[in-house]
Amino acid sequence: MRGPLSDLPLVLEGVSLQAGATTILDRICLTIAPGAPTLIVGPNGSGKTSLLRLCMGLAAPTSGRISWGSRTDPTPTRRAFVFQRPVMLRRAAAANVTYALAQAGAPRSQRTVRAAALLGRVGLANRAQRPARLLSGGEQQRLALARALARDPELLLLDEPTANLDPAATRAVEEIVLAAAQSGIKIVMASHDLGQVRRLAGEVLFLARGRLCERAGTSDFLDHPSTPEARAFLRGDLVI
Amino acid sequence: MIRPILTACCVLDRKKAKVGSQSRKTITEEGLHLLARRLAVACYSIGTMPDHLSALQLILTGDPALIAIVRLSLGVSFAAVVLAAAIGMPIGALLALTKFPGRTILVVLLNAMMGLPPVVVGLALYLLLSRSGPLGDLGILFTPTAMVVAQTVLILPIIAALTRQTVEDLWVEYRDELSAMNVAAVGRMTTLLWDARFSLLTALLAGFGRAAAEVGAVMIVGGNIDGFTRTMTTAVALETSKGNLPLAMGLGAVLILIVLAINAIAWGTGVWSQRLTG
Repeated sequence: MRGPLSDLPLVLEGVSLQAGATTILDRICLTIAPGAPTLIVGPNGSGKTSLLRLCMGLAAPTSGRISWGSRTDPTPTRRAFVFQRPVMLRRAAAANVTYALAQAGAPRSQRTVRAAALLGRVGLANRAQRPARLLSGGEQQRLALARALARDPELLLLDEPTANLDPAATRAVEEIVLAAAQSGIKIVMASHDLGQVRRLAGEVLFLARGRLCERAGTSDFLDHPSTPEARAFLRGDLVI
Repeated sequence: MIRPILTACCVLDRKKAKVGSQSRKTITEEGLHLLARRLAVACYSIGTMPDHLSALQLILTGDPALIAIVRLSLGVSFAAVVLAAAIGMPIGALLALTKFPGRTILVVLLNAMMGLPPVVVGLALYLLLSRSGPLGDLGILFTPTAMVVAQTVLILPIIAALTRQTVEDLWVEYRDELSAMNVAAVGRMTTLLWDARFSLLTALLAGFGRAAAEVGAVMIVGGNIDGFTRTMTTAVALETSKGNLPLAMGLGAVLILIVLAINAIAWGTGVWSQRLTG
């Protein structure tokens, strides 16, 4: 059904996003290719979520051009998104995954088996028949990951998936994300947790006021930030 | 009410008496009284329910005529809800999920049609379904089918408008997630309708309540024919106008109890299943 279509590389050329008079993203140029996880870092309101939404094709840029595997059609083929607050469908956990599998075009006969495997992958095998909305926050986020992985993505975008979770749940989510990265899925994830950046990132994109200020390897960014905004952010100053 | 009939009968009787003049006896005072009494009884028993029984007795003894009326009322309203839901829910969902010029006007119109006067719906359908009307060939006027159609027309806007509101609200919550999963238009509609099922139950109940309580439309297109198209509401109207207030009140009480029971059951199932699915 999908054929050989690929969503990578993801290329943004001079992409700007405006809401009325406010500039949310300012002339972003960026290429995302397969490789180690990319973490988008920056203070609140710097445009992390908007950048991810543009990368997913959930929003269209005001100006500039986005392409996925040199196609400009924003229909997601082999990319998936995990939201900060995922919306659980009002059905069982397993049914949420089979739903995602169906939407991704998986043959009906394989869905049950694959859903069970995906639930096992995120450690929710014993929660399969629980209503998704009754799962805990951490379990819901893992179910959202299972749903995203059901799309068999090449590119997985995550918008601060651990922002509302306790350390144990955060660790569980990070382990799934790392395992996904090791299986060859390109991870692009927003975070404002520097510890998480150190644990997960292969490279860092630093955003401030809608501009892409810095793109560097993790240790380079954390130890030798090159822009004053990044230095202030890492020091813990309030960057506005 | 009885006097003109009585007079007419007397006239008829006198004519008969003149035609068969030799053998017929003349009408005596006693004969007239007897005739009047019989006519009065005949008039009252046009409604088959015995009027000497109180409403409570009718209910407690499970009077077959009463049960038939209740069954017809529920059957007609239930069928109307099913039909209106089958048509109205997709319309509501479609209206919630599509944008086109004139959509706002349509939404306002649909909301306004929730208050459609039943008698007007009845009249319009009467004109359509009467022998000389465009749909007269169907021959369904004064049948339960016509009553189902009338109530469907009446509650379709309620179900469609409430569905639109519910689905539109849910769509705000689901939009990003479903877009990220690349769910196509039909899939969105069915997903949202299914996930809104508990809220939509309320829309169905509102429709059922309106249908079961309505008298104008079923009266006009049904004709309130005893044993055939008489519903609880038309029976209440008839018994009231006949002055048989205990029976009217009894039927009214039955009607309210049934609507109450159905709402309680539906609400209970809703709460129960919501607790199960979150």
